[in-house]
Amino acid sequence: MQTNSYCTFRVGSIYLGVEVHRVQEVIRAQKMTRIPGSQEVVRGLMNLRGQIVTALDMRRRLNLGSAEGSEPLMNVVVRTPDGPVSLLVNEIGDVLVVDGDQFEPPPETLQGIHRELISGSYKLDGRLLLVLNLDVAIRLAA
Amino acid sequence: MWDSDALSLASAPSEQRSGVRQRREVRHSRAGGNPVSNVLGSRLRGNDGSTQVVHVTNHQAFGKSDDGLGNYCRLNPNNSYLLVKRGNTGKRNGARKHQTVSITGRLPALLIGSAWVISCRRVQRKAIPVEMLDDIVKEFLVESYENLDQLDRDLMALEDRPDDRDRLSSIFRTIHTIKGTSGFLAFPKLEHITHVGENLLVLLRDGALRLNAEITSALLAMVDAVRSILSNIEGVGGEGEEAYEDLVTRLERLKNGESASAPSVEIEVEQVVRELSAEVSAAVEAGSKPKKAAKGGRKKKAAGEPLTEAISAFAETLAATSPTQETSAEVCEIRPPQGAAAPAQKAEKADKNQDSGDGGDRAGSVTDSSVRIDVHLLDKLMNLVGELVLARNQILQYSQNIEDAAMVAASQRLNLITTELQEGVMKTRMQPIRNAWSKLPRVVRDLSISCGKQIQVKMDGAETELDKTILEAIKDPLTHIVRNSVDHGIEPPQVRVQNGKPAEGTLWLRAYHEGGQVNIEIADDGGGINVNRVREKAIEKGMVSAEQAAAMSDREAIQLILLPGFSTAPKVTNVSGRGVGMDVVKTNVEKIGGTLDIHSTMGQGTTLRIKIPLTLAIVPALVVTCDNDRYCIPQVSLLELVRLEGDRASHDIELMHSVPVYRLRGQLLPLVYLDEELGLRHRRTQEERQSADIVNIVVLSAEDRQFGLVVDHINDTQEIVVKPLGQHIKGIATYAGSTIMGDGTVSLILDVIGIAQQSHVLSQHGTRSLIDSSEGRNEQSRVGDSWLIVDPQDGTRAAIQLSTVARLEEVRTDAIEKTGRQQVVQYRGQIMPLVSLNDFGQVEPNEHGSISLVVYNDGTRNVGVAVGRIVDIVSQSDSQFEKSEGDTRIIAGRVTRVVNLAQVAMNA
Repeated sequence: MQTNSYCTFRVGSIYLGVEVHRVQEVIRAQKMTRIPGSQEVVRGLMNLRGQIVTALDMRRRLNLGSAEGSEPLMNVVVRTPDGPVSLLVNEIGDVLVVDGDQFEPPPETLQGIHRELISGSYKLDGRLLLVLNLDVAIRLAA
Repeated sequence: MWDSDALSLASAPSEQRSGVRQRREVRHSRAGGNPVSNVLGSRLRGNDGSTQVVHVTNHQAFGKSDDGLGNYCRLNPNNSYLLVKRGNTGKRNGARKHQTVSITGRLPALLIGSAWVISCRRVQRKAIPVEMLDDIVKEFLVESYENLDQLDRDLMALEDRPDDRDRLSSIFRTIHTIKGTSGFLAFPKLEHITHVGENLLVLLRDGALRLNAEITSALLAMVDAVRSILSNIEGVGGEGEEAYEDLVTRLERLKNGESASAPSVEIEVEQVVRELSAEVSAAVEAGSKPKKAAKGGRKKKAAGEPLTEAISAFAETLAATSPTQETSAEVCEIRPPQGAAAPAQKAEKADKNQDSGDGGDRAGSVTDSSVRIDVHLLDKLMNLVGELVLARNQILQYSQNIEDAAMVAASQRLNLITTELQEGVMKTRMQPIRNAWSKLPRVVRDLSISCGKQIQVKMDGAETELDKTILEAIKDPLTHIVRNSVDHGIEPPQVRVQNGKPAEGTLWLRAYHEGGQVNIEIADDGGGINVNRVREKAIEKGMVSAEQAAAMSDREAIQLILLPGFSTAPKVTNVSGRGVGMDVVKTNVEKIGGTLDIHSTMGQGTTLRIKIPLTLAIVPALVVTCDNDRYCIPQVSLLELVRLEGDRASHDIELMHSVPVYRLRGQLLPLVYLDEELGLRHRRTQEERQSADIVNIVVLSAEDRQFGLVVDHINDTQEIVVKPLGQHIKGIATYAGSTIMGDGTVSLILDVIGIAQQSHVLSQHGTRSLIDSSEGRNEQSRVGDSWLIVDPQDGTRAAIQLSTVARLEEVRTDAIEKTGRQQVVQYRGQIMPLVSLNDFGQVEPNEHGSISLVVYNDGTRNVGVAVGRIVDIVSQSDSQFEKSEGDTRIIAGRVTRVVNLAQVAMNA
């Protein structure tokens, strides 16, 4: 039986996971330099031990709006072919080991941006873990 | 820890080595799971009793290529090379990084890695794994390309001084090396061509033949052939289809002295031919079957006179059968030439040097003291130093708030060491511009011959050093400019003589440092640019209107040739005239932060000047604040800073229609508000613009234009490490990169040209559509006639011509140090002496504890002239001076001493 490890986090009310080997590290809120003129999703640049990392606001990326006081602050730094990118999320969860046969692709009724961003879900006890399609999530339309 | 059993097959008897070419394959065996360590510098013993020290930079696992890690060793018995390929055990970014280490020494040179013992086994040639061969070939290619470049230079130099034996020997050695290695690596064509060339070179070196243009051309053609074979090897792995028989024939003929310039040899051979063989003379008479005569000679195909062909073939037969014959290459090689014993011995010595593996053909001292380093390693070092600079900046910033003297001292030391390290690493990346120039004489030679012109190339300042990346970037533009000069610039000899010039034209290449930048000039003494024709062409092509063209000064009109699609050449040649070119040159130069300038005088020649920064990785920048965020502006684009306070802030900013402008010394400067441009706030209303208390204007130049960028605060200048932007923000035109500031926060680097385009200071598409005539003219008149008025605080006033001022700086008094009696400050990594403008000779600080300096650069060093207080900048031409007496004038109503900075600087 195939098992996969996921680094889990919460964005708004959604419980998401990213394959753990894509995650470089998880860090607290960092000082951010905003980039005037950039897309809304791009929250800014931060200094990660001498490396400049772009931070993407997952709440805005998932079109969840930005209610007051719900700004995501935790950084999930993921590896990409073009260097690390930080995903700003609300809360960090555990690293979960899930069974491969618990996976199910998204239903047809899931439409719009979420259909591209979410590649499926794992049926856990009492809740669903949505798998974030990282490569799509970090690619922004020009 | 040395497993001698595993070595049993390692050593070959030395006599075998020189004879049969053989290859060994290095195999490894586990040393019983017992890690063998610390072989660095160990004395290794082979079973023939010889010992030697092997130095390995890193003792990682070595083994055969199939150990799964990509590690293996390779012994090259021919010239005692040991090549070790080391693969990283881990994969990084998906790509495995390999490195090749070459170790030279006598056989058996074997290595033990941390976990492997390596043994040798003699194998057949074919048994070499492909990837192993690749590595050796790669090494060979790198070395050969370098040597070929040197060869081009040497041959060109030799044409001027055909008797330069040292140079001939050097050329000979280079070819010899390529021949040797290509034989070893089984590239028969390459070996054959270089062999023939070598034979010719032997005669030249020994004085049996004298170099002439014909021979030079043939040798250059050989170099080209070698180069194209090498590029074939590099590209497709084989030598390619072409047989180069023509070239071989040509070289052999020249070797046999069959050229107009060496008739005596020809006659001699002819006589020999007549006397010796009836069969041969029959063939000569018949002229149809020369091959028969050439039993021992090489096959010939090239069309030519049957007679000469037969002779050359026969001469070769003779050479092959009678070793005492004059033209035999082998004999010449062995016998020391008369009257030239010393150079020959030297050459032999150098040959030995080369065999022992230094791979270079330059003087021993140079090769002994230099090491070849992977550029990636240097890049990595450079990055690390960049990080160190950032860390240093952070520590310096923290240490300012700390009382602990030891901490402060330590951080000061860190500061100094980092600066020195930064300079050192920068230097490793520096290469003399000669590397980019070396190809140009060849280009000029070939081109001038095909154009029927006579041109000599003169180089000045070839030692001037530039960052490697920049050097690479200017290679193509330089070639283009030089081709242009040869094709359009310099006239044919007849025309030149008619115009009273020497028939031979001259092309100058000059390079020198100036104010942290490198200037490269390409000048010719040709016909110059016909400005009126440029105007006509531009009108004809619809680039400017007739009125615009007429309004342009000559200097501005010349810049039109930098527009895309422009060419004045009456006909399109294969060299130039297609109308692509100068704009590409300009774009390429600007891409690396440089500028391009053209001066031309009808009938006297054209000069192109390229100004480029020394390096791109670490640049000085001005830090400004806008809406509580800091931004960096590269100082290359910075012209000056203007601060308007109180009344001036509200009155001096005027509106032209709705566009804010500022009168900078009588010239209208368009103003761009940074916060508006970045979309941080709405456009200001007229009232808002004129109600500001303080306005900080950063005067910037973007391409040919100037504009004022209005920012909230001007903070500081700082050396910043440029980091590229990530994919998500790459597309935004206003930023050129990012950097990390002293306190660890990230700052964006502004792209001045991008901002100028976005704010329509520059038109966005076809950026260089037109040169604003009025502005250009003002700029021209401004520089020479502007005076910096200073108050030396001894009751007098002094004026300094602004064009002689390199920079204005403010330094804190605690930054002033002393060497002997001389006061100095550290300035841009150098020690800058200070002199005072006032009579007391001492530098007095102002009320803020700092000193205003006027920095003067005399081309080699900076001198800081302490000027007390800077009062103003006035624009006044010589004729406008109210009264002049000696060096005292009345400027702006006050008696003012005119100071010559160069004289003052001499006191420092």
